[in-house]
Amino acid sequence: MTTPVVQARGIVKRYGHVTAIDHSDFELRPGEVLAVIGDNGAGKSSIVKAICGATIPDAGEILIEGKPVKFNSPIEAREMGIEIVYQNLALSPALSIADNMFTGREIRKPGWQGKYLRMLDKPAMEKFARDKLTELGLMTVQSIKQPVETLSGGQRQGVAVARAAAFATKFIIMDEPTAALGVKESRKVLELIQDVRARGIPIILISHNMPHVFEVADRIHIHRLGKRLCTINPKDYTMSDAVAFMTGAKEPPAEDAA
Amino acid sequence: MSNTTTTPSKGQDFEQTLDQSDTRVASFDVRHHSLLERIRHVLHNNPTLVPVIVLVLSLVAFGLIAGGKFFSAFNLSLILQQVSIIGILAAAQSLIIITAGIDLSVAAIMVLMSVVMGNLAVFAGVPSGISIIIGLAGGVGAGVMNGWLITKIKLPPFITTLGTWSIFYALLLWLSGAQSIRGQDIDANAPLLKFFGASFSIGGARITLSALLMIAVFIVLWYMLNKTAWGRHVYAIGDDKEAADLSGIRTDRTLLSVYGLSGFVCALAGWASIGRVGSISPQSFYEGNLDSITAVVIGGISLFGGRGSIMGALFGALIVGVFRSGLRLSGVDVLWQVFAIGWLIIIAVAIDQWIRRVSA
Repeated sequence: MTTPVVQARGIVKRYGHVTAIDHSDFELRPGEVLAVIGDNGAGKSSIVKAICGATIPDAGEILIEGKPVKFNSPIEAREMGIEIVYQNLALSPALSIADNMFTGREIRKPGWQGKYLRMLDKPAMEKFARDKLTELGLMTVQSIKQPVETLSGGQRQGVAVARAAAFATKFIIMDEPTAALGVKESRKVLELIQDVRARGIPIILISHNMPHVFEVADRIHIHRLGKRLCTINPKDYTMSDAVAFMTGAKEPPAEDAA
Repeated sequence: MSNTTTTPSKGQDFEQTLDQSDTRVASFDVRHHSLLERIRHVLHNNPTLVPVIVLVLSLVAFGLIAGGKFFSAFNLSLILQQVSIIGILAAAQSLIIITAGIDLSVAAIMVLMSVVMGNLAVFAGVPSGISIIIGLAGGVGAGVMNGWLITKIKLPPFITTLGTWSIFYALLLWLSGAQSIRGQDIDANAPLLKFFGASFSIGGARITLSALLMIAVFIVLWYMLNKTAWGRHVYAIGDDKEAADLSGIRTDRTLLSVYGLSGFVCALAGWASIGRVGSISPQSFYEGNLDSITAVVIGGISLFGGRGSIMGALFGALIVGVFRSGLRLSGVDVLWQVFAIGWLIIIAVAIDQWIRRVSA
C-alpha cells in the first residue's frame, strides 16, 4: 500500500479536565476526499487542528508522507504545503482578490526594486490570481482588483478555495465549506472539491451535511467521544447508518472498514 | 441508494431541477444607478477624493472671501509651514489608525524626544548628531513600548496610549524641569537641532525644510503602505485581525513594527518642531494628539481601520490649516475657527459612514 499523506497515532489533547482528543488515530490517503463527521463536541475540529498545527497535541505522533512532524503553528504547516479553508474564510474584505490570494506570501519585483525597495510585483500577482480563478471556473467576478467585500458568499468561498488549491502541495483542510451557502453555491463548492481532487490533491472535509459528505467523500472518518470510531466507505453504508454510528445508536463496524 | 451517487453533474435528488434552473449566477446588477449612488461608488473606491475636493473648495471659498491676501504665495507657503509638525504627527497617527488602533501619545512622544535631544545637546555636551540619533531611537523605543503593551499584554490601544500619554508627559516635565530651552542656547550649542527651521524663498513663497520633511514622510509611508507586502499586511490587520492571523500574517510582529515606526516618525516631528518653534518648550503641542486625529479623520481614514489612504491625512492637515488661515484673514474670531473645525470632524465621519454603507 502507498504511504498515507497523513498518519496520526495516539493523539491526545487535554484542556484541564476535558480530554478533547483521546488517543485518536487519523489517516489521509493520497488523492482522496476524506470526510470527518461527528456529533457536536466529538472533537472533530480538535483532531484536524492538531494535524495542521493550530493546536499542539500532548501526546502521539503525526507522520506526513511517512516523516514525523511537529508543527508549532499553522504557518509552519503552510510552509510544508498544507492549506486550510477556514469556516469564516479568513479573507480581508477591503483588500482585492489578488491581495487576498497572496497574503503572507507576496511576490516581489525582480531586481533592485524588489530587493532594496521591497516593491510588490502586482501585475504578476494579478495574473496568477486570474489564472487560478479561471482554472477553477470562477471568473464570474468583474475584476481581480475588486475588493472581496463586493463578492457574493459563494464567490468569496471560491476565492478561499482557489487560494488553498493554488498553494497546496500536500493536502487541503476544509472546515464546513458549505455551511453558509445556498443550494446552488454549495453545488459550485462541491464541484470545486471534485476539481481539486482530480488534480491529485487530497482533501480533509469537515462537514455536518450528510448528503454533501456522501456525495464527495471517498472515505468517511467517524469521530466519537474524542477518538476515531471507525472509517467507512460511503458506498457500503447509508446516511442513517453513519448517523447511527456517530451518535452511538448502533455498533460500529471494525475500526477500518474502508 | 440514489443519494450516494458521485457523478458531479447530477448531485442530490433535490438538486435534479438545478439543470433547468436559471444559469445567471450572480451576474452583476446592471440596474441604472442614480447619480448619488455612482458618486458614492467612486468615493468608495477612492477614499482620498473627499478631502481633495474639500481642500479645493475651501481654497476657492476663502480665496473669494478673503481675496488676494489669502491667495498670495506667501500665505499659502505659511499654511504649509504651520501644518508641517501636526502633518508629520498625523502621518504617524494614520499608521496606527489604519491598523484599527488609536494613539493618544503621539504628541507626548514628540515633545519628550525634542526635550531629550535638547538636554543632551545643549546641557550634557553630547554632539548634536548623536543627540538626534538618541532622540530618534527613543521615539522607536516609546512606540515599541506602546506596541508591546498592545500585542503582548493585550491592552486596547486607547487605554494603553491614554496611560503612556501621561507617563511620557510626566517624564518630559521631569527632564525639562518644566523649563523651556531658549533659542539662543540652542543656536550657541547645537544649531543642528534647528535644521528643519531653515527656509528658502521661491517667488514670494517661503518654504521651510520642515514642510518638505512632512511631504517626504508622507511619500515614503505611502510607498510602504501601498507597494510593499508589509503595507498590505498593515491594511489586512486593520480590516480583520483574526482573518489576517489565519491567512498567515504574523500580526503581532507587524503591529509592533507599526508602533515602532510611528514612534520614530513622532521623534522626527520632535526634531522638526525645534526648528519650527525656535526653542524647546515642554508645554508646546499639548493638543497635538487630538490635532493629529482631527487631520486623519478629516482625511477620510476610517477609525474602524483598514480603509483610507495615508495621503488623506496630509490633505486633512492642510484643510485644517486652510480653514484656520482663511477664517483669520476674513477677520473671524479664533473661537469660530475651533467651531468650524469641530463641524469638519463630524461631517468627515458622517461622510465616511455613508461611503462605507455602499456594498458594490
